[in-house]
Amino acid sequence: MSSSPASLAVRTQNVCRYYPMGETLIRAVDGISLDIASGEFVALLGQSGSGKSTLLNLIAGLDRPTSGAVLVQGRDLAKMSSEELAGYRRNDVGMVFQAFHLIPNMTITENVELPMRFAEVDRAERVERVRESLERVGLGKRLEHRPSQLSGGEQQRVSIARALANRPSLLLADEPTGNLDSRTGEDILKLIRDLSQSLGMTVIMVTHERGLAERFAQRLIFLGDGKLISQETLA
Amino acid sequence: MKGYDLFELAVRNLRQSKLRNGLTTIGISVGVASLVAMLSLGVGLQQLATRRLAGSGMFDTVFVMSKQDTRGFDRDEDRKDQHPEKAPVLDEAARQQMTHLPNVTEVEPEVRVMGQIVYGGQTHFGFVTGLPMSAHENEAFDNLQGNFFSGSDADEVILLNDFAKELEPQNPKSLIGQQVTLRYGEHQSLAADSENSGRPQGGDQSDNASADAGSDYGFSVVRKAQQLKVVGIVDEEPYGGMRTVSRGRIFLPVDLTEKLNMAEFSDMRSSLRGHGKTYATLTVRVKDPAKVAQVQDTIKQMGFRTFSVLDATKSLRRFFTVLDLFLGIFGSLALAVATLAIINTLVMAVLERRREIGVMKAIGASDRDVKRLFFAEAGAMGFFGGILGIALGFAIGKAINLGTGIYLRNHQLPAEPVWILPTWLIGAAIAFSILVSLLAGLYPASRAARLDPVQTLKYE
Repeated sequence: MSSSPASLAVRTQNVCRYYPMGETLIRAVDGISLDIASGEFVALLGQSGSGKSTLLNLIAGLDRPTSGAVLVQGRDLAKMSSEELAGYRRNDVGMVFQAFHLIPNMTITENVELPMRFAEVDRAERVERVRESLERVGLGKRLEHRPSQLSGGEQQRVSIARALANRPSLLLADEPTGNLDSRTGEDILKLIRDLSQSLGMTVIMVTHERGLAERFAQRLIFLGDGKLISQETLA
Repeated sequence: MKGYDLFELAVRNLRQSKLRNGLTTIGISVGVASLVAMLSLGVGLQQLATRRLAGSGMFDTVFVMSKQDTRGFDRDEDRKDQHPEKAPVLDEAARQQMTHLPNVTEVEPEVRVMGQIVYGGQTHFGFVTGLPMSAHENEAFDNLQGNFFSGSDADEVILLNDFAKELEPQNPKSLIGQQVTLRYGEHQSLAADSENSGRPQGGDQSDNASADAGSDYGFSVVRKAQQLKVVGIVDEEPYGGMRTVSRGRIFLPVDLTEKLNMAEFSDMRSSLRGHGKTYATLTVRVKDPAKVAQVQDTIKQMGFRTFSVLDATKSLRRFFTVLDLFLGIFGSLALAVATLAIINTLVMAVLERRREIGVMKAIGASDRDVKRLFFAEAGAMGFFGGILGIALGFAIGKAINLGTGIYLRNHQLPAEPVWILPTWLIGAAIAFSILVSLLAGLYPASRAARLDPVQTLKYE
């Protein structure tokens, strides 16, 4: 897919990420070039070890490429300092994980509030944004519950609400339905798609469930052995 | 991250592992308590020593003598080109000059003459000493039986306990309120005129020459008697620590001794030198012991010889500085152990919270935020440990004071606090506790900050 630079959200240019493991070099991502348009919902598909999560981590600024470039809204993440990368993750990216990764001893409110503490959002505004985010995911009445008091689907909704807290332009989801039953998984993806459309967010989702991906994503990108195998744009 | 968010998160994290963090905090508090107890003991002992020495009346006092009378007294003095006979005399004019010096509260002559007390038909010899009213504050009067003088020239006498036993062996205390007769030698000038006109003020050689050539100054000693009321009995002579043979046994208000114009030993010397009435020693009382050096210097510049125990206090301060240092080192040992406990606790917390740190980084925490969070947790443990440590140290100190008090009373000594917690130490101990905890948090905090979020999230 080709997009004009103005509407381009993410571009990877021959990006590589190699890990040494003993005496072998693991080529987790091996020369992938991709363009993702602003507001697009993309699914990265592939077998385990195909490099999809590594590519997502590179786009998230959690990892640095061995070579190549990752450009997000024109900025090369590879050239950012660790402090700048933290700022990028804080303000531009929302992340959703397979294991939800909520902090168990914090209430739902506190979990959603946490990224806003790092972004130094005023306390009064935080309260408003927490309420707004939780209402968007349909959990406006469970504010003081702890994650352990919620179902898997509800926990993933909290995780999405947390990802939305700092109003990012890019939502990265790593197997968001992996720990959920098929019906709940579907609900979650529907929510992500709706949010993407209503907020104009770009979504990059890693999944190995092709059926769900086909139903919700606009484009499927297939990876294998760290390489881009094929792309499929859906109607 | 803002300061209050950091503090809130730190306290919330500490509350998650109450037992472990609580035990670490108690460890810090034991360290702080030990440091506080030791340093407060040092402070207490120093204050005790200072109080005892200050009570002796030596610390705020400068003794002044004429260089004419004390030739060769000071072995350290450079005697080249000195002419002691030219030195100024210690007379009334010099006394008045010293009285008007800044920070001087009192200048009194040291009167010490032989006298005789007649009581119950018996006579008893003893040295008569004049005491200023300020002597009441001297520790010798802590256990005074009866009262101090009612006025600076009252016809009253205080007797040394040993002397009172000579007068009334069975019940010396019964002397209080009784009238006794003091026999003494009165100084009567033979040529009163020359006292004001012929006396040299500054030791001028020509004046001395004329005095040597035949001054008509002289005096008679006439036996006199004075009725005195015994008002008190004291166990030891005030300011008498350095005296042996001439220890006073009969104490009169100093103005009374001057009013009675008692003949002193130094009168003979003054007469031979052709001076009028001079003083052997003047006792200059200074408002504040810190001003003693300044007053002493001024009097030295006036040409007199001075003596104070200032040098002794300097040595004492040096001793207590060293003592404090060692007490501080021993007290810090427990805090050093507590520091290891903090490092251990925080390293464990980093291991346990790997995933949480990874999540925080993934949602926007910088390495600096993570580092500051662990620092804040270490600092909070230091703060709470410091407060608890002060309370514990205070309790230990009270126990030391209680125990020492019982021990002293068992040895028939008055109980005195040997442990004193100064206000500055409370703040300093808490600040030190926080500082040590922050230092202990350096390694765990930087370890937490270095954690790779990809690795920490991968294994969940």
